[in-house]
Parts: sequence; C-alpha cells; structure tokens
Amino acid sequence: MLSAQSLAAIDREVAKYPADQARSAVMGALRIALVERRETGKTPEERCLNTEVIEFVANYLQIAPVAAYEVATFYNMYDMKPVGQYKITVCTNLPCALSGGVNAAEYISKKLGIAIGETSADGKYTLLEGECMGACGDAPVLLVNNHKMCSFMTPEAIDKKLAELN
Amino acid sequence: MLEIEIDGKKLTVPQGSTVMDAAHSVGTYIPHFCYHKKLSIAANCRMCLVEVEKAPKPLPACATPVTDGMKVHTHSDMAKKAQAGVMEFLLINHPLDCPICDQGGECQLQDLAVGYGNSSSRYQEEKRSVVGKDMGPLVSAEEMSRCIHCTRCVRFTEEIGGFQEIGMANRSEFSEIMPYLGKTVNSEISGNVIDLCPVGALTSKPFRYSTRAWELSRRKSVSPHDGLGSNLVVQVKSNEVMRVLPLENEAINECWIADRDRFSYEGLNSAERLQKPMIKFDGKWHETDWETALAYVVKGLNGVSADHGKDAIGFLTSPHSTTEELYLAQKLARAFGVNNIDYRLRRSDFSADAAQQGAQWLGSSIAELTATKSILVVGSTQRKEQPLLASHLRQAVKKGSALNVIHVADDALLTAVNAKLIVSPLALVNALAQVLKAVVELKSAQTAVDLAAVTVGAEAQAIAASLTGAESAAIVLGNLAQHHPAFAQLLKLAQEISALTGARFGLLAEAANSTGAELVGALPHRAAFGAAATAGLNAAAMIAAPRKAYVLLNTEVEFDSYNPQAAVAAMKQAATVIALTAYKGAGLLDYADVLLPIAPFSETAGSFVNMEGKLQSFNGVVRPLGESRPAWKVMRVLGNMLNLSGFEQNSAEDVRAELLAKGTLESAFNNALGDVAVNTAAAAGLVRIGEVPLYQADAICRRAQSLQQTADAAAPLATAPSSLLARLNVAAGKEGLLRQGSGELKVLVEADDSLPADTVRLATAHPLTVGLGGMFDSIELTQG
Repeated sequence: MLSAQSLAAIDREVAKYPADQARSAVMGALRIALVERRETGKTPEERCLNTEVIEFVANYLQIAPVAAYEVATFYNMYDMKPVGQYKITVCTNLPCALSGGVNAAEYISKKLGIAIGETSADGKYTLLEGECMGACGDAPVLLVNNHKMCSFMTPEAIDKKLAELN
Repeated sequence: MLEIEIDGKKLTVPQGSTVMDAAHSVGTYIPHFCYHKKLSIAANCRMCLVEVEKAPKPLPACATPVTDGMKVHTHSDMAKKAQAGVMEFLLINHPLDCPICDQGGECQLQDLAVGYGNSSSRYQEEKRSVVGKDMGPLVSAEEMSRCIHCTRCVRFTEEIGGFQEIGMANRSEFSEIMPYLGKTVNSEISGNVIDLCPVGALTSKPFRYSTRAWELSRRKSVSPHDGLGSNLVVQVKSNEVMRVLPLENEAINECWIADRDRFSYEGLNSAERLQKPMIKFDGKWHETDWETALAYVVKGLNGVSADHGKDAIGFLTSPHSTTEELYLAQKLARAFGVNNIDYRLRRSDFSADAAQQGAQWLGSSIAELTATKSILVVGSTQRKEQPLLASHLRQAVKKGSALNVIHVADDALLTAVNAKLIVSPLALVNALAQVLKAVVELKSAQTAVDLAAVTVGAEAQAIAASLTGAESAAIVLGNLAQHHPAFAQLLKLAQEISALTGARFGLLAEAANSTGAELVGALPHRAAFGAAATAGLNAAAMIAAPRKAYVLLNTEVEFDSYNPQAAVAAMKQAATVIALTAYKGAGLLDYADVLLPIAPFSETAGSFVNMEGKLQSFNGVVRPLGESRPAWKVMRVLGNMLNLSGFEQNSAEDVRAELLAKGTLESAFNNALGDVAVNTAAAAGLVRIGEVPLYQADAICRRAQSLQQTADAAAPLATAPSSLLARLNVAAGKEGLLRQGSGELKVLVEADDSLPADTVRLATAHPLTVGLGGMFDSIELTQG
C-alpha cells in the first residue's frame, strides 16, 4: 500500500525507539503515509488518510488499528477528509487577525471561489482556518500542505504564492 | 511503609500505594468512574478529587502516590466543591434519559449524581449527541451520548483482552468511543466491558429492555462451561434466568467472566428445552409422564441385559454434569452390573488408564499456575478453550512469566510468547520429546524414554532452557493434547520433563467438571476416589464395538465425540438409546428411543470440581422447567425401580456427603503415570486438526442465540497451508470436498500458511461437520 521509500522512512522512525515500542513511531508513520498519499493521490479522496491506510500503518507497526486511528483523529493535521492538492491553512488567531489574518483568509476565499473549509471543484485547493503557528511576528501567516510556512501574506504576497502553486 | 492520615484516620501503607488504595484499605469511599483496581490508572474522569494538605489544589486520589505524613481530606469543603464541580461537568452532556436507560437503578453515574451532584443543572444549552456504534451481537453501544469517556472499556480490551478493539477517536467534545470502523468487538471476554461501563453506554444486547435491575434476585452459582469454574451471580425474575454476572473470586475468575459464562443463559430458556418425558414408538415421538417413561427405561435395560448380558449396555456421560449426577450415574451403572461407563467422549487415547495413579487435574492451583515463571502449554488453542484462563496467562506474562507453546496451529495468543513449536498433530509427541531431550542434555541427566531418534530443534532448545532456567515451571496439556491420539505419551513426556526440571504438570480441564468426573470415577477403570472397579469399556471402545443399549447423560454424541460419524452409527444400531437430556436436539430425536428431561445447572443443586481440584457447590437458582427433574433424582428413582440398594438419598447434599465420605479431596489427585511406551517418531501423512469451536463445547452454549451470532460461531471452513493446496490442486477461496470414512463435506477452503505442512484444519462438533470422522485422524481433500 505504501512505497518502499515510505516504508524505509517509517523504519527510520521505528529505529528511534526501543525495539519493543514500535507504537511510539505511530505519529511519524502516519505523517509519512499522509505525505505519500498527498504526493501520489490523483483525487481529493486519494490524498487523505482512510481506514485502509491507517490499518496498514497499524499492522506495519504491529499495533491495534484503533490505536492508530485514535492518533490520526486526535491531531488535525492528519487529513481524514478529502483534501486538495494544495491545502492552505490560514492562521486567524488574535495576533494574526490584528495584522490582517482574517482579511488574508477572505482574500484567498474570494480569489479561489471557495469558502473556508471547502475544496475547489478542480480538486486543486483546500482552504482551512488554522490555529496559532508560533510566528505571530510574521503575521499574517499561512501553511501550505502542513510543511511549508509562508509569512507576511499580504494580498500581493498571496497573489504571488498562488501563481507559484499554479 | 508510609504514614498517611485520611479524614483523621491514621494508617500505614506500603510504598507505591495511591491515595485511593489507602482510602479503600480503611473503608473510606472516594467517588470515582475511571479508576478500576484491575486496570491501569487513567485519572481522566476527575471524580476522585480530594484535598491534600499543603497541595495548592485538589488532587485525583487514584493517581496520587502516598507520601510520608500526607494528610488527606475526602469530605472537606475543597474536596466536596471539586467533586460537585466535576459532577456538574460530567452531566453537561449526559442525557437525562434514566427512565428509559437500561443501566437505570444500577448506574454509578446516577448514584454519584445523587450523592455528590446538585439537584438541578445550570446548563441551558444544547447537549451533544453521539451516533450509536455496532460492537457485535453481545455488547450494545447504541446510546453513546451517555458515555462519560472514562476509557475503562478501552483499557480493558487492551490490558486484559490483549488487543485494543475499542478506542477513543477524535478530540475534546468530539471524542467518541468506538471499535475500529467497520469492525465489531470479537474478544471472547468482551462482555466484561458491560460491567465496567459506569453508565448506560455499553449494555448487554441480549438483556436490554427485558427487565429492571431492582426486579432481579441474585443467586450464586458456578459456570458449567470451561474447567476454570468461574463464580457467577445468576439474576432471576419470575422463575427465569435473566442475566449472569461475575461473582468476584480472586483465586479463580478475579472479577471477570468469559462471554460463554455470561451469555450462555439464553440456552437455558431455549425453545429446544425438553419439558416432558418422550418415548419413540412406531417411529414417532410421544410425550408421556415420568412413570411410563421410567418404566419403559427399566423394561428396556432389563430386556437388553436379559437378552445380551450386562456388558451390552454402555453409559456415556458428560463432564458438564454435576459431581452428584456423575457419582450416581457410575453407582447406578456398577450396581446394575454394567462396567462400561465413561465421561471422556472426545478422547481417543486411553492407554494411560492402566498407568493412572489418581484423578487427573491441573497439578497446582490456578494462582500457582499464573505465578509460575516459565509455563509450557501443550496442545491448547488457549483463547478458544479456556478464554478467561488465557487472559490470566496474559497477565502472568506481563508480570514476567515466560509462556512457551507447543501446538498444531500458530494462533494469535495476544501476548508475548517466549518460544513456540508449531507442528502437525502427527509430530506432537516428537515435539515434546525434543524438549525432553534438550532438558536431558542441559541437565546432563538420564531418562527412561528412548530419545535416540529425536533431533532437537532451536525452538525446543529455547523451551527447555526456559523450563530449566526459571525458578518455577509448569507444563499443562490443553484440550487438543487430551483429545490427541497419543495423549498418554504426551502426559508421560510431561511427567519426564517435570521429573528433571521440577516443573509441575497437569491438564487444563476441558469442561466444568472433568476433574469431578475423574474424582467420582465416571470411568471404566476407576470408581470414586480411585477405588478398584471391574474393568469395563471406555468411551471409544463402546463406540468401536457397538453396544445394544446406551444410556446418555447430558450428552449429544454427534457433538461430544471424538468421531461423530462412528458414534452416531453406534447409536443408530443400538436396540435402545436412553437419553437423560435437557434438550430435544435433532440428533437425539433421530437416534434415541426415550428422552428424560433433566435440569441444567441452573435448576438443580450440585457441585463442580474445577481444574485445580476445588469443589464448588451451588443451589438451583430457578425451579426445573416443565416436568424436568434434577438428574440425580432421576437416577435415584431408576436405582429404586431396578431394585438396587444404596439409592435412598433425599437431596443432592446427601449424594455429595456420601461421595465425600469415600475419600479426601487433597489426596485424590495425582497426575503421575506408570509405564507408558513412547514412540517419538513423527508420522507422515495428511491429518485433520479438528478443534471444538468455542460456542459448540456444550449443550447449553450451543443453544445460546446471541453467542451463535458471534464471529467465533461462524460456520466452519477448512484451512490448509497453500503448499498443500497446490499439491492437491485445490483452489483457495472455493469449495473443496473433504472426506473421512463414509462422510463427505463440501466446504469453503482457504489457505493459511501459519498451519504446519500436511494439515487441514476443520472444526468438529458443528452441525455442518458431524458427518465427518475423528478430530485428529487422516482426511482427504479434493476439489470435488
């Protein structure tokens, strides 16, 4: 279900913990599985974690599937719902909001023609509201696909970023 | 030791105790939901908050370790305010549906809300609602809005059940308890989560909405299923068993019972219960009264004995019958001059009989077994044979015991296994002989068994090292080993290993009263307490050389025999088959001539002797159904009608007293065997692995509807290693044809590469497979 490359990466995570405690690697393993799904998935449904993938990861780590499911549903960066090729998460917490975070979210929403929480019809973008990303000094900030942090997202910067993604 | 003061009471507790433990030891109650003495500490319900002097805020008693000089107040203003606050929060999302909740009246939340909560809520907003879950046919999770997220059920499946089948998904107010999506809860001890749930979220599916807790009367009893002898509380309303719960007994079942113990009561109220004596004439069944039926039985027995001699009669009994019933059965048979009596219908090897020196048993107490540092389990599916004992062994492994396994299938034991040797049934003796040889080499000792031809493998070496290296060791033989055609040799080898290592050895008793049946001498070669007896035929011989008349006590031979095909044929050729039974099963209606309705364990006084040799007596909890009567009474009357002396007992207690006057329990048990020849060569050939399914083991659970809907009761399929399927040209995933003797069966064949080579695994004791032959005999498999 996962590529040899991803499995090797999971093995690296497992190796960080004592031999009989592979369950400690469940967060890393789920992250690796999600990255592979996002990079190889053709549709929004294929880009998120589903019960088959979670069960595969759990069996690979030899833990109960429901134990991995608990982790996957607890943390909101593990996408459990269909997601676009680019998941844009805009911080709307107070410091960002004071510096235009809400405006940034609204601007992206208007530009992409999708409301917060929605995925564009072509399956390219998903827009989400996020919680504090620990970079209030750079407000407004947004995250692309969990890993890429973008700072000072004024409308111009957003235009540039979206053009880049296109 | 640490000093602590709880509500002004001074006490000392051992290092590592929690405030909760300390409070319990002086009888101070601290309210709690998530805390459970057998589960890990979660401290997530916060109900047990108490005031600790010098601590700035209230602390959870269940998770706070005692420190020296600690002063705890469980009823101070601070503690009370904290508890009331927690209760208010717990009730925010809890629906106020107590009047229609099945838990109402026995609900911890209800009780504690009265004791520690406010009379009304300040919460005006909408409550959350949670969609119900499907946890299978036993546990209902329809009303998950009631859940307070104590996670006891989650911790139970993970820690006691061995596999986390239930989890808490999502976060904060979206948290939900659920099994993995699309799966049900399949643990064989899953019913315990119903007891653990402090609210009405997890309830018993068969019991739901049938009655209210306060309408039930509670009676003590003992489980009639596996050899553990779990203590039960049977709850009764209007002369009907409504529900079964565990009765705490730390030395046997702790506070748990297996699903089979809990839900089999449905079989007691089954429509198949025989309520009146029945006689077959002109090929039709007719209900009759006891007098006619007993006269018919007496006439039949006298007729057969006059025409063919006493030896033409055979008594087949069940190890699920009570001690008193089995005692009277063997007394009746022997007084009448019949020596053919046996309870071991599923055994195939009786060569240990002559060498036997006492009643066979576990060889230690259950507590001693689970405290043993190195345990070797030979021929047992563990979880399916002894569901609760398997969980005890799992706990033993957690405490540092090494579990070693010699078995014919590599089933998941849901616990760490130190070393395992998985071989074909034909090589089981060889496998145990390997261990013996390795022990001999390790100890540089001698043994009488000829081991020249045995080659020791790495796993056998590891098992031997574990047994010899541990400070205490035990070898136990499971059902499969006992049913195995070389049982005597396996027991002899266990004895030899035990002699060299100091390990205890014994049997995991198959049924609730296997040990009792040994004790009372429901055996062809031994009478009660090992008294000498004129040798008769054993169960297999009575089938192999068919008798003219059979008396069946509480047994259905098509399900309870090693070779159902031969057993049914023997019944059919007999002139008369007299069945004392609680059920009019299809098989009995076919081959029996007279059915006498007897009372199951819930309707008669009696006792069971569990695997550790403990005699546990119980009283009937309800009146016998219809005209059924306790079997001991039936046999007493039969004794009178046959003009035999010694049948004047007035109660089950009389029978028990008569039995117990014949010897002492302490000295009755001895697993030692005299001379038994051991053939260590592993034979070749295709062989069947025919185990008894979990919910087909005895007449009662076979008729418990809810148990019959579980995954463990699914229709049997044949599994075989893919190498064998390839060689036989049989496709996996399709129907194949299995043949044993004159019996044929078309059944789905699946590949299972964890099985040893040249084996076909197909359950016995199931309506589908009764036409086939012996459990561990050769079998043919073709595509058909």
